[in-house]
Amino acid sequence: MTTNAPTPVWHYRTRKQTLLGWLGWFSLVALTVFCWQLMNENTIWAFVSDAPEQAADIGGRMFPPAWSYIDQLWEPLWDTINIATLGTLIGVAVAVPVAFLAANNTTPSRRFVRPLALLLIVTSRSINSLIWALLLVAVIGPGLLAGVIAIGLRSIGFIAKLLYEAIEEIDFNQVEAVRATGASGAQVIDYAIVPQILPAFWGISVFRWDINIRESTILGLVGAGGLGIQLSASLATLAWNQVAMIFVVILGTVIVSEWVSARVRQAVI
Amino acid sequence: MDQPSVHPVTWKRPPVLFTHTGWRRAIYAGALIYLVLAMQSIEVDWQRVYLGLDRGWKFVEGFLTPDFTTRWRDISEGLIESLTMTVTSTVAGILVSVPIGIGAARNLAPAPVYLFCRGIITLSRSFQEVIIAILLVAMFGFGPFAGFLTLAFASIGFLSKLLAEDIEACDRSQIEAIRATGASWWQVVNYAVQPQVMPRLVGLSLYRLDINFRESAVIGIVGAGGIGATLNTAIDRYEYDSAGAILIIIIAIVLVVEYSSSYIRRWVQ
Repeated sequence: MTTNAPTPVWHYRTRKQTLLGWLGWFSLVALTVFCWQLMNENTIWAFVSDAPEQAADIGGRMFPPAWSYIDQLWEPLWDTINIATLGTLIGVAVAVPVAFLAANNTTPSRRFVRPLALLLIVTSRSINSLIWALLLVAVIGPGLLAGVIAIGLRSIGFIAKLLYEAIEEIDFNQVEAVRATGASGAQVIDYAIVPQILPAFWGISVFRWDINIRESTILGLVGAGGLGIQLSASLATLAWNQVAMIFVVILGTVIVSEWVSARVRQAVI
Repeated sequence: MDQPSVHPVTWKRPPVLFTHTGWRRAIYAGALIYLVLAMQSIEVDWQRVYLGLDRGWKFVEGFLTPDFTTRWRDISEGLIESLTMTVTSTVAGILVSVPIGIGAARNLAPAPVYLFCRGIITLSRSFQEVIIAILLVAMFGFGPFAGFLTLAFASIGFLSKLLAEDIEACDRSQIEAIRATGASWWQVVNYAVQPQVMPRLVGLSLYRLDINFRESAVIGIVGAGGIGATLNTAIDRYEYDSAGAILIIIIAIVLVVEYSSSYIRRWVQ
C-alpha cells in the first residue's frame, strides 16, 4: 500500500510572488517610518499635546461668528467671484490653442510643437495658483489683476491637459468625412472636431471654474485680492469670530458654485 | 415648364447650445453685462505694472539662470520636509480613507454609517488645504507636523469619495456570488469588492501622492513647513535666482512622480 501523496493546496499566488509582495509592503512601511522620524525631528511635542486645549480655545472664540461682519464681506466676495471667472476665461482662451497643439492628431508637428505644448502644460500644472499669485504680486503689485492672472496661468495646464485628451479620443471618421467635402483645415476643426469636443469643453471649463472659486478665496493671503485679504487681516488681529464668519461665507460660496457646476455639467453631458 | 426650386440654397448651422433664440440672446446679453461689471472691479495701476515689468524680467532671468548653491541649506531642508510630509500624509490618508470609503458606499454600509462617512467627506472637501493649514498651525504650532495633518485630512476627502464611488460601481453579480456561498460581510468585502477596486485604489493613491507634493509646496506659506516657506522667503528677499531654482526643483519632482506613477499604474492594471 502506498501512502497518499499530499494533495496540493490551492494558493492565490506562487511563493515567489508572496515573498515579493511582503518585501514590497515591508519597504513601504520602512520608508514611511523613516520619513516620519525625519519629519518630526524638530517637532515640539508639547505644542502637539496641548492642541485640544488650543482647539477648544479657538473654537470658543469663533462662536458665535460675527454675523454683522458680513457687511464688509460683500465686496471681497464679488471680487473673489470675478477673480475666478475672469481667470477661468483667460485660462480657456490660452488653453484651447495649446490643447490643439498638444493633441497627437491635430498638432502641426509631433517632434517640435507637441513637446513644447506639453512642457507648457506641465509647468502651469505643477505650480499652484497661490505660488503664481506670490510671484505676480511681487512683479505687478498687489490687487485683483495679480489674482486673475495667477488663476489664469494655473488653469491653462488643467484645461489644456483634459481638453487634449478629449481631442485625442475623437472619432476620426467624421474628420475624414468633412475633409472629403473639400473643407479647409479651419473648416475641418470647426465642423468635425469642435462639435465632438464641445460637451467635454464645457464640462472641463465649468469644473475648473468651480475649483477656481475655492482657490480664489485664499489668494488674498498673499495680497492678490478677494476674501483672503479680509481673512489675513482678521487672522492678524486674532479676531476669530470674524474668521468664523469668513469661513461661513466661503462655505456658502463653495456649495453654491459646486451646485452650479454640477447642474451645468448635467445639462451639457 | 420650369418652376423655381423652393428648397433653400443656403444652410445655416443650428446653434449647439441654448436652442431657444430668446433665451440665447438673453444669456449672451447677461454674460456681456457681467463681463463689463467684472472688468470694472479690477483697478489697474499701470504705473506700478510698468515698474514691475523690470522686476518680472529679472524673475525670468532668475528662472533661466537658477542659483541652487547659495541657499542650498534652506532649499534642501524645505525639500526634505516637503517630501517626508508627502509620504507620511499620503500613507495616513489612505489608512483612514479606506474604512471611511467603505462606510460611504451605499451598497455596503447601513444608512447611519453612510450618512456619517459622507458628512466627513463633505467637510474635508469643502475647505481649501491652505485654510485647514491655517487652523491646524494655530492648534499644533508651526512646522511640518501641522502640514502632515493638513494633507492627511485633505487626502481623506479625496480618496474616500472616489473609493466610495468605485465600490458603488462594482459588479453586483460578483458580490452576490460570494454572498451566496454564505460569506460574512468581511468576507464579501475581502473576496468580492477588494479585488475589483484594488487597481483603482492604487492608481488614486499615486495620484494623491502627486497632489500632496504639489500642495506641500503651498501650505508652507502659512507656516505649515515644507518648501513653500523657503520659496516665500526667497521671493520676499527678491532672490529670484533662488526662487527660480526652487520652482525648477518642484516642476522636476512633479514630472518624476507623474511619470513613475503612470508607469506603476500601467503595471498594476
